[in-house]
Amino acid sequence: MSAPGGGGAYSFSLTTFSPSGKLVQIEHALAAVSGGQTSLGIKAKNGVVLATEKKTPSPLVDDSSLEKVAMICPNIGFVYAGMGPDYRVLVAKARKIAQSYWKVYGEYPPVKVLVADVAAVMQKATQSGGVRPYGISLLVCGWDNHRGQSLYQIDPSGSFWAWKASAIGKNMSNAKTFLEKRYSDDISLEDAIHTALLTLKEGFEGEMTEKTIEIGIASVPTAEQMEVKSGERLPATFRKLSEAEVRDYLAL
Amino acid sequence: MGSPMEMNGGSVIAMTGKDCVAIASDLRLGQQAVGLSADFEKVFPINNQLYVGLPGFATDTYTLREHLRFRVNMYRMKEEREITPKTFAHLLSSTLYEKRFGPYFIEPVIAGIPAPSAIDPDPKPFICNMDTIGCITTPKDFVVAGTATDKLYGVAEGLWEPDLEPEDLFETISQTLLAAVDRDCISGWGAVVHVITKDKIITRHLKGRMD
Repeated sequence: MSAPGGGGAYSFSLTTFSPSGKLVQIEHALAAVSGGQTSLGIKAKNGVVLATEKKTPSPLVDDSSLEKVAMICPNIGFVYAGMGPDYRVLVAKARKIAQSYWKVYGEYPPVKVLVADVAAVMQKATQSGGVRPYGISLLVCGWDNHRGQSLYQIDPSGSFWAWKASAIGKNMSNAKTFLEKRYSDDISLEDAIHTALLTLKEGFEGEMTEKTIEIGIASVPTAEQMEVKSGERLPATFRKLSEAEVRDYLAL
Repeated sequence: MGSPMEMNGGSVIAMTGKDCVAIASDLRLGQQAVGLSADFEKVFPINNQLYVGLPGFATDTYTLREHLRFRVNMYRMKEEREITPKTFAHLLSSTLYEKRFGPYFIEPVIAGIPAPSAIDPDPKPFICNMDTIGCITTPKDFVVAGTATDKLYGVAEGLWEPDLEPEDLFETISQTLLAAVDRDCISGWGAVVHVITKDKIITRHLKGRMD
């Protein structure tokens, strides 16, 4: 008996290794990711940018309710490629992880710690019975006092890496080649946003507008901004760009 | 049997100075009025720049110390860094509040200097104390806890002044502690003082009245 997708008998139970040592369900999940809309991230010397295309299947869809770039806590943001519903579940879990960290330590988690915790959630779905892996890859950007600005990718298998720049989704290999040519270590956040848009433009079908692009940025705060004032919260270092801001970047 | 807070006796004090902090405890362990030991330290290192004092019910001193050792070791491995005094205070606070309705009978005192970072290259010394369920107080000058609390407040109010250098701070905290515990039947029997500066820690044992 063979399963759809051509994985053979080992493609059903994700907790069963195939004789060649593969977990075929994870590879199927990666296939779901590489079919998704392109997202990318670039680390700059004073921040990180996440960008994604947000195309709707029909012009009748009200796109004001669609959100692909999500703030997890004031210093961390997510974007994804793959299955939208799985993303929403992971965003909810990540927000909960960040808040429980806050409850214990009185501060939000460093990017790497949150990434490791979310990756553990995704790994669990490759080893438990009766579940399937999450059909998404995540790009995580953020800033923390310990490591500064950083950009991570998490895959359905639960593995994660730090990147200087990376892309996931349909156009990822072209986009990565483009980023390799364009990237330099001393790029500023402003330049990184433009490079991100330029990279998305490669292989973009249709028109790039503030409705079809979403951007999130993490920026490095000044010492003054991080000064604790009594009764006040620290300002967020991650934020999404408004439609007006995206329009301005697209116009340049 | 009386309150667990006064069962074993003992006091802790911490003070800020110029780019330094000091934390000190007495050494007595007793069973009510009976003295049992004169080497019961109530202040423990968390890392090179951070100490915690856990005066109160002696069995909880041990339990909390071991629990904090576990939590801080896990933190160090997971985060690949040392915990800062402020973060440690929140960790201890939430640990105490978890036992809101059956608390550890401990009033902790924390003293430390945060490591410099890119965003804060010249961090200020940190002291704080909290009640048995983890409500944090962070004064600028000094914090006290234990059975000699009211005496410690009195002497510290009189002796402390701002921007003391490490050696002057050592003298101030030592005299404050020794004078205060002499007026408390269940604190005293010697003392230990730690002065934390940016690059070193000075630990000295003091002799005290043994009556």
